[in-house]
Amino acid sequence: MYSLNQRFDNRDIPEEEYMTPGHVACAGCGAALSMRLALKGLGMPTALVIPASCWTVIPGLWPMTSMKVPLFHTAFEATGATISGLKAAYRKRGMDNICVVGWAGDGGTFDIGIQALSAAAERNEDVIYVCYDNEAYMNTGIQRSGGTPIGAWTSTTPAKNPKAVPKKDIEEIMLAHRIPYLATATAAYPGDLIAKFKKARTIKGMRFIHLLSACPAGWKMPENLSVEVMRLAVLSNIFPLYEVENSEIYRQTIIPEEIVPVERYVRLQGRFRHLSDHDIARYQEMIDQRFERLKERFDKTANA
Amino acid sequence: MKKVLTGNQAVAYGAMLSDVKVVAAYPITPQTTIIETLADMQAEGIGDFDYIRVESEHSALSVCIGASMGGVRAFTATSGQGLFLMHEMLHYATGARVPVVLANVNRAPALPWNIWSDQTDSISQRDTGCIQLYCEGNQEVLDTTIMAFKIAETVRLPAMVILDAFWLSHTSEPVDIPEKEAVQKFLPSFDPGDMWLDPENPRTFGSVSMSDVYMEFRWLIQRDMERAKGVISETHTEFGNLFGRNYHQVEGYLTDDAEVVIVCSGTVASTGRVAVEVLRSEGKKAGMLKVKTLRPFPSDEVKNALRDKEKVAVIDRNFSPGAQGVWAQEIRSALYELADSERPLLYGYIAGLGGRDINIGTIRDIYERTSQSETPEDADIWVGVKYV
Repeated sequence: MYSLNQRFDNRDIPEEEYMTPGHVACAGCGAALSMRLALKGLGMPTALVIPASCWTVIPGLWPMTSMKVPLFHTAFEATGATISGLKAAYRKRGMDNICVVGWAGDGGTFDIGIQALSAAAERNEDVIYVCYDNEAYMNTGIQRSGGTPIGAWTSTTPAKNPKAVPKKDIEEIMLAHRIPYLATATAAYPGDLIAKFKKARTIKGMRFIHLLSACPAGWKMPENLSVEVMRLAVLSNIFPLYEVENSEIYRQTIIPEEIVPVERYVRLQGRFRHLSDHDIARYQEMIDQRFERLKERFDKTANA
Repeated sequence: MKKVLTGNQAVAYGAMLSDVKVVAAYPITPQTTIIETLADMQAEGIGDFDYIRVESEHSALSVCIGASMGGVRAFTATSGQGLFLMHEMLHYATGARVPVVLANVNRAPALPWNIWSDQTDSISQRDTGCIQLYCEGNQEVLDTTIMAFKIAETVRLPAMVILDAFWLSHTSEPVDIPEKEAVQKFLPSFDPGDMWLDPENPRTFGSVSMSDVYMEFRWLIQRDMERAKGVISETHTEFGNLFGRNYHQVEGYLTDDAEVVIVCSGTVASTGRVAVEVLRSEGKKAGMLKVKTLRPFPSDEVKNALRDKEKVAVIDRNFSPGAQGVWAQEIRSALYELADSERPLLYGYIAGLGGRDINIGTIRDIYERTSQSETPEDADIWVGVKYV
């Protein structure tokens, strides 16, 4: 059972670093921390493909790079296809042991990249697709994406007309492809995140990992709150941590000791400042309903 | 071994003999029988390649780029709208310096819908940095597909083999299929050097580059595109020595004493040869110049072939709205370098759009019109267009 003030035993986190200091992510960037932890979980040999996103910039300007794994920057909508081709090349060269990872943002996954991703999932390509989700087009200046939550301010959904529709349920979209492995994770639970990447590496076929990734600049909050806010997303059931094997066996991996009201998560972030108590109450209902549906699936696995 | 092959089958044989390792496939008429033939080849074990059935042409080229970054030879094929959808990734392939080869079966752009031959699709990719090789017959299609890999890999730029819809893609001709061993001698296994995603030598490809270095990356593309001119000629020569079939970036037919030289590309060149023979039999001094490469543009060869000619008539099965036929524009700018006394008059003709036939009669009309005119009109002439 987990609570907000949980202290973690870091002895399970591999010491090896595959990302060096000197990257150019903003202070408090959830995406940079997520990558650092994910690579520790994945281990080597691993190759990365990254489409247009904050992560286009984060590794550093040419000729510098902060990555100790080979990395190819691909076009915005092309991740699912590029990783398919790369994996095929390794297979043809007898290098099937190289783990091919696509690493895309929410815009590159929920929106412009979903076609190539869906096709790669349908073909059950032997790759890992990671969506680091900071819930808007952060690299271009915080525009609304299909991953932006209902009610949120973004630079294209002003506070007077915030996002009117909920976030796409990307997990259920991916599970409809009958993929062998799906997981949600966040850098606020590093042991859980690393374990999921470790496990994903051992599975063949399409694996999808959805990372909630705090963005202080876009969520309008102090940099030092990133980890706390990501943790509150988990403890409030806004972003439950679970994994699904064979698109069927659901397992909640982090079970909060006590469910925190979504208000605590929402009130820490300027992007929700305009929400009334009534709005937040409605948001709470939506989150509860979604979690109820998930819980039925967790219970089904637990009782099987 | 001689076999009767359609142009599309010739492409598939060319790719298979080139020992491609990854093929990305998405259907579009009239290209589809290329990928169908490759699917059969893979299923029969004739070709040793992974065959990835993607959901769009954009992904087809993205798969090829990914495969090339993994260090293997990759191939795809498309037409018309499919090539338009690939446009972003063609620029990308050039920037990534991946020697991907694709075949494009020329198809007219929509709207209105039309699946027939028209070069506007490939012409619209002129500025992507992709090498463009136009073919006249099915033998040339097969041979050019093999040569395209060699050219692309030598200069590390993508290359496009281009054939006319239906006139080649679905028309059968006897084609000599080279032995695989002979092709391997001409085109050894792909060596990516250190330009691939090697976990033993981890590097980042395609990082953000600011204005202090971006131009240098683009200059390298231009340097290698210029180098490609020589590489294409050398590749043609080497291929000719091994297989006995000779190709040229620019090829004249009865041009020596010609008063009007008709410039053609693709299958129009084939009709052009016959048209010129017919005109000659009538005592008319016609000649034909076939241009095979649009990019890199063989401006020196064009200049030399047309120097001191009286008149040049360029047939464009494409056009750039608001400007003119693109081959005519390219040739006009190559001729600009000639002295006034050596520079021929240039006449541009738009013909055969959307698969309208360009037959001997069409070319004869173009010859007569050019021959009788004292000076070219300001705009291209649209051949045989009603209501004009």
